[in-house]
Amino acid sequence: MIAVEDITVERGDVRVLSDVSLTVEAGEFLALVGPNGAGKSTLLNTVGGILSPAAGRVVAAGREIEALSARETARLVASVPQETSFGFDFTVREVVEMGRTPYRARLRRRPDPEGRDQIDRALARTETDELADRSVTTLSGGEKQRVLLARALAQDAPYLLLDEPTASLDINHQVRTLGLVADLDETVVAAIHDLNLAARFCDRIALLADGRLRAVGPPADVLTAERLEQAFGTPVTVGEHPVTGTPVVTAFRQRGQKI
Amino acid sequence: MGVNKYVANYTRFVLVEPNGRATAYSLGLIALLGVVTTVATAVGPVGVTPATVLKVLANGIAVPTGMTVARTGGAVLQLPALTVEWAPVFAFPVEQTHAAIVMTVRLPRIALGATVGFALAAAGVVMQGFFRNPMADPSIIGVSSGAAVGAVGALVVGVPLLGLRTAAFVGALVTAGVVYAIATEGGRTPVATLLLAGVAVQTLLGAVTSYLLLRSGDSMRRVVYWLMGHLDASTLDEAAVTGALGLALVGVMYLYAEDLNAMLLGETDARAVGIEVERTKRILLAAASIVTGAAVAVAGVIGFVGLIVPHAVRLLVGPDHRVLLPTSALAGASFLVAADTVARAGPVELPVGIVTAALGAPFFLYLLRRREVSEL
Repeated sequence: MIAVEDITVERGDVRVLSDVSLTVEAGEFLALVGPNGAGKSTLLNTVGGILSPAAGRVVAAGREIEALSARETARLVASVPQETSFGFDFTVREVVEMGRTPYRARLRRRPDPEGRDQIDRALARTETDELADRSVTTLSGGEKQRVLLARALAQDAPYLLLDEPTASLDINHQVRTLGLVADLDETVVAAIHDLNLAARFCDRIALLADGRLRAVGPPADVLTAERLEQAFGTPVTVGEHPVTGTPVVTAFRQRGQKI
Repeated sequence: MGVNKYVANYTRFVLVEPNGRATAYSLGLIALLGVVTTVATAVGPVGVTPATVLKVLANGIAVPTGMTVARTGGAVLQLPALTVEWAPVFAFPVEQTHAAIVMTVRLPRIALGATVGFALAAAGVVMQGFFRNPMADPSIIGVSSGAAVGAVGALVVGVPLLGLRTAAFVGALVTAGVVYAIATEGGRTPVATLLLAGVAVQTLLGAVTSYLLLRSGDSMRRVVYWLMGHLDASTLDEAAVTGALGLALVGVMYLYAEDLNAMLLGETDARAVGIEVERTKRILLAAASIVTGAAVAVAGVIGFVGLIVPHAVRLLVGPDHRVLLPTSALAGASFLVAADTVARAGPVELPVGIVTAALGAPFFLYLLRRREVSEL
């Protein structure tokens, strides 16, 4: 379980998150949704130990994240950041191997046998085993996302944090990537822009706006027209998808609103 | 680029295990360095055959054969003095003049060239990986400019208590420390800030060097000569000190090779897989700055070695620092020895910095046109 306890996060003089409390249960897939600048990435980075809260704390599996070293944190939570530079001619396997960094001894160079197994399993579970010897510079957006997911799985951490895993993907790869994540049976927190995708694949949704948590719960409870209009500042209708039965959100332009 | 890229990848997969590849390439490059050194020692105004060079070098090998302990000192305080007796293993017949030319004239210079090339290429690898910037070189945070101010200051106005080399070394380290301090806020050092702080400080120190140059008067020739980079007037002791420092610090860099790999994907990614990014940056920056400072202090400003050699080697072995770092360092050693041989082989001896720049710049432009550089 991850417990976010009343955290406030500041960047410079700007308060990016205010008094956010949230628990993530083992095995669930939780989506963070909200407008741009709502604090989704900040919340993920705080849970991942990259940012420190000005107040409050994050406890994962009974341990306070802020008190842990980078190495200990990486054994507990595996993060896939929003922007990863793939300009270097590493192979897919080499990138996935980097997930074993928190288990590596600086003076012992060979990966442990357990590490090799973890890497092979991570490649298989993300359907990237056939790409293993390819250079990452040649991958498509969807393939890159799966490779990063494999790296996170190789970390063998109980919690996965994904920042916009579907941001630059086409509809096929959006569905494929989130379906894969949902089928992993891991505890996952993911920032997702697309409300309809979040509603379809996630167990619960947390709605953030202006650095505050507005609602958290099952998709149908959180995604109401009234809440979304308040959070996003634009009129929306919420319907039900004829096939999946999950909420479908459509936004409209505010009358008289420019842009 | 297509075919070469494919070949490079193919080469990398022949021995998939990175440590195995690093060892195989390194052994090959050590052999190359041996050949280059032997040939370079044979080149010069007095003809010495490579065979003679090898004989002289073999004659230089000695093993300890015994020890004597002598009592020295006065009647009250007796100090035991340990004397180790050395005996040569080989005794090939060679002309005394040839032996002297090899051991006291050519070899010190070549050994220094090898150590300086080794240090600069390794520092270049670290800086390029660290900054994720293909234009990064060992001097990117102003180390060479700082060394230049120290050295020129020592030559023109004299620096109390410090010799030329110490002044250059101190100038290099002080500059690196100042640039790091300027770019650091709240324990974090963004590389973009570090890069810009380095450029600004280099400009400032360039102005100081120019001013000192104007006031240099009689010492101007020596100043210009120092600034252009040179390997002559070196001793085996200097090469040994620089070499020991270089090996130790490149060893430290090697321990962080995998961290550098992860940092190539971005600092957030590196942190996500459990690397203490800021601490790693501090260690790598310190190691690279110290070896660069030591190299510049003994050899002046020799450009392009730290920029070109890592690029060329990366094309052949790929971006994995476990392989790239040792191979680049060894290739850098061979490259600088070869460049210095060219510098002294002509009718007029040139500062080696001119040769490395004249060879390096066109090669860099060639890489740029092939767009390899944009990928780093």
